[in-house]
Amino acid sequence: MLIFRGSKIALLLVVIMVAAIASTGCGGEKDSGTGLSGTVKIAGSTSVQPLGEELAEAFMDQYPDVNVNVQGGGSSAGIETAKTGTADIGTTSRELKDEEKGYGLTETIVAKDGIAIVTNNENKVTDLTMEQVAKIFSGDIKNWKEVGSQDGPITVVVREEGSGTRGAFEEIVLGNAKIIDTAIVQNATGAVKTAVTKDVNAIGFISLGSIDSAVKTITVDGSEPSEENVINGSYKISRPFIFLTANEPSEATEEFIKFVLSNEGQDIVSEEYIRVNN
Amino acid sequence: MNYKTKEKIYEKILLISAFFSVITIILIGGFVFKEGFPTISKIGLIDFLLGKEWYPTKGVFGIFPMIVGTFAVTIGALILGVPLGVATAIFLAEFAPARVCRIIRPAVELLAGIPSVVYGLFGMVIVNQIIMHIERTYLAGILKPEYQRGYSVLSASIILAIMILPTVINISEDAIRSVPREYKEASLALGATDWQTIYKVLVPAASSGIIAAVVLGMGRALGETMAVIMVAGNTAIVPDSIFAPVRTLTGNIAIEMGYAAGDHVNALFATGIVLFVIIMVLNTVATYIAKRGVSQG
Amino acid sequence: MISVKTTQKIAKTALWIAGLSTVAILIMVIGYVLFEGIPVMSWEFLTDKPRKMGSKGGIFPIIVATVYFTALTLAIAAPIGVGAAIYLTEYTREGRLTRIIRFGTEALAGIPSIVFGLFGFAFFVILLEPVTHGWSLISGSLTGATMILPTLVRTSEEAIKTVPVSYREGSLALGATKWQTICKVVLPSALPGIVTGVILSIGRVIGETAALMLTLGGSLRMPESIFDPARTMSMHLYLVALEVGTQEATKKAFATGAVLIITIFLINTTANWVMKKFITKMS
Repeated sequence: MLIFRGSKIALLLVVIMVAAIASTGCGGEKDSGTGLSGTVKIAGSTSVQPLGEELAEAFMDQYPDVNVNVQGGGSSAGIETAKTGTADIGTTSRELKDEEKGYGLTETIVAKDGIAIVTNNENKVTDLTMEQVAKIFSGDIKNWKEVGSQDGPITVVVREEGSGTRGAFEEIVLGNAKIIDTAIVQNATGAVKTAVTKDVNAIGFISLGSIDSAVKTITVDGSEPSEENVINGSYKISRPFIFLTANEPSEATEEFIKFVLSNEGQDIVSEEYIRVNN
Repeated sequence: MNYKTKEKIYEKILLISAFFSVITIILIGGFVFKEGFPTISKIGLIDFLLGKEWYPTKGVFGIFPMIVGTFAVTIGALILGVPLGVATAIFLAEFAPARVCRIIRPAVELLAGIPSVVYGLFGMVIVNQIIMHIERTYLAGILKPEYQRGYSVLSASIILAIMILPTVINISEDAIRSVPREYKEASLALGATDWQTIYKVLVPAASSGIIAAVVLGMGRALGETMAVIMVAGNTAIVPDSIFAPVRTLTGNIAIEMGYAAGDHVNALFATGIVLFVIIMVLNTVATYIAKRGVSQG
Repeated sequence: MISVKTTQKIAKTALWIAGLSTVAILIMVIGYVLFEGIPVMSWEFLTDKPRKMGSKGGIFPIIVATVYFTALTLAIAAPIGVGAAIYLTEYTREGRLTRIIRFGTEALAGIPSIVFGLFGFAFFVILLEPVTHGWSLISGSLTGATMILPTLVRTSEEAIKTVPVSYREGSLALGATKWQTICKVVLPSALPGIVTGVILSIGRVIGETAALMLTLGGSLRMPESIFDPARTMSMHLYLVALEVGTQEATKKAFATGAVLIITIFLINTTANWVMKKFITKMS
């Protein structure tokens, strides 16, 4: 009797699994006549991941037999996986370091991303100079009234060390100055946004592609972080999104990169990021 | 093949299964040490453990703030969670009517089963907001501005206290229930009240079990990662107030692993070594206490 | 001087408050997540695929991935865990060997999940990349399996120990071999207890995040083989809330949280049900 009960549970599990497998099968197979097939595994920067997902979806609509898998892991992981071949394409959202350039990977810049300075919606400030931004993040300016806004101690929210967004921000805005060490550290764009949304005195920096009405975008030296301003150079805080490939990528991988750089691919890029072919 | 050989083979297979845990723990230790050791040997153990500065991209690796931070949130969690947990355990074992038990027990089980990210989400959206409100409204004059941001030792401790409740309650309750009935009867027969019996007889008799519960709860608090990074603020400086933002050892690994490169990765594995050693010491203590409890009982 | 009676009354009240606070905390956490999540948790949410990194659309591939991941992890860990338990209870006496094994199991149970993550990353993802294809279901499951092993060993051991010695003696007296006795007599009687342990491990596997962030990859797509990367619901909740972070995404995160809580509740209920059957049978 007991064995029978046990097997009932087992049976239930099997049914669930079979149903799951069946549904995967249905979702994955479509008819196609393009001939191109295979898997493209993309890993790396979580900043590039959303764009990668969009591009992959569009690409797979054209080539249903190709399976493009996009995952996170981080820029360094992206470089590492491209080097070892764990992924077909490694993505990074920061420039390669000198030692990493020695790995002999092919770099393709597929998009650019502006880094926007954001505050709480209740904050009265709308524009800051580059110098003010630098002073706020390095702790020389401590109160919002010093830049003509409400009286309140500034809550600086930053990304973790090693993040591409932080790296680019430090390099372009701070130069040799250091981020104040009492800053709140968050390890993801959304977490920075949440921190800024919840605190009237907060300021942070996030990828241009992640801006929405929850936070207020600050213009820097009067210039808005828009595609146009990044391209014409008046908005200076930006960074590249790079695809890294090892020698002799597969046909599907090559085709995917070609697609990303095509007008069609770049149109998808420019929905939220900045195109690289004009 | 005769059945004797077969029996021998089965036994060997089972033996290997039994050794899997041992093999795994050696592998875990081995890998974490292998990857983390270069950092420790390069910086020196003392500088690594007691260094107060953590600028991994500039090659400065000191994890003292994270060690202090880990213990700060853990002790906070114990102070908040243990009294409530032990009291609930006594309540369940001694006072609660069966009907109430039938509500509380599944509730405790559910608390134990909820993924830590759910606690983190709750803490991030609710607890931090409340604490920030308290800091800015009632404590604004007393606290430094950087301690008025919600992200704090306190909020991490509150979330961890909730998370260790099930561990503390379950093990303490078992310990209290396993006290021989005669003890209780003798005490009551001597004219002691329920409460006197509880705190003079039952709790002392169950003390080693309750301590084991506290140690295990401590282990859970030390090792928790996701919920903590969502509420703690992750600032790598030594916290000097319960309202200070804080980074733990687990948080240090989890938030930086994604983008770390080169020496930075090794330094995070080295953080893992420290965590591994702390937990092993704690386990040994727990095992010792449990054994002492058995020999006493 | 407060009288003994007053102290008793105060103490009793305090303990009632403690017990009820525990329930209140639970209701607060769960109530809040369900309150925020259930309105978003539509049929579409459960059956659609995620779009825009999960801030739009549903979680269907993630539910499927979670089922796959759980099944695979248990398929790896359960035989080993039960095997270890059989060895510990049936084949050896308490001695140095069992002490070492017990120490290993206890130690493993205490290791923080992020350390499992570091290990899984260095061992399964990087070193065994040719076999596991790096970040994949199999890498994640192997890591997860090492995490639930202690629970499985412990619960299976308890279950096997409750099987009366007379059953074994009866079987052996009838001429059955030891292995036959284990397969035909001991395991069937201990099965509900073992199943309870397995069900409880499912809870742990579903709730895990930290270790999986470093080993499972986090792809939003439906995994098509065990070598594909995937993400579980817990990971999805974290990634949607913290990577994306729009108000819409936070709602989706709460909805995912609600699905998780309901799942865990069902798992616990099933485990209790099996356990109750077991107890009535044994007594």
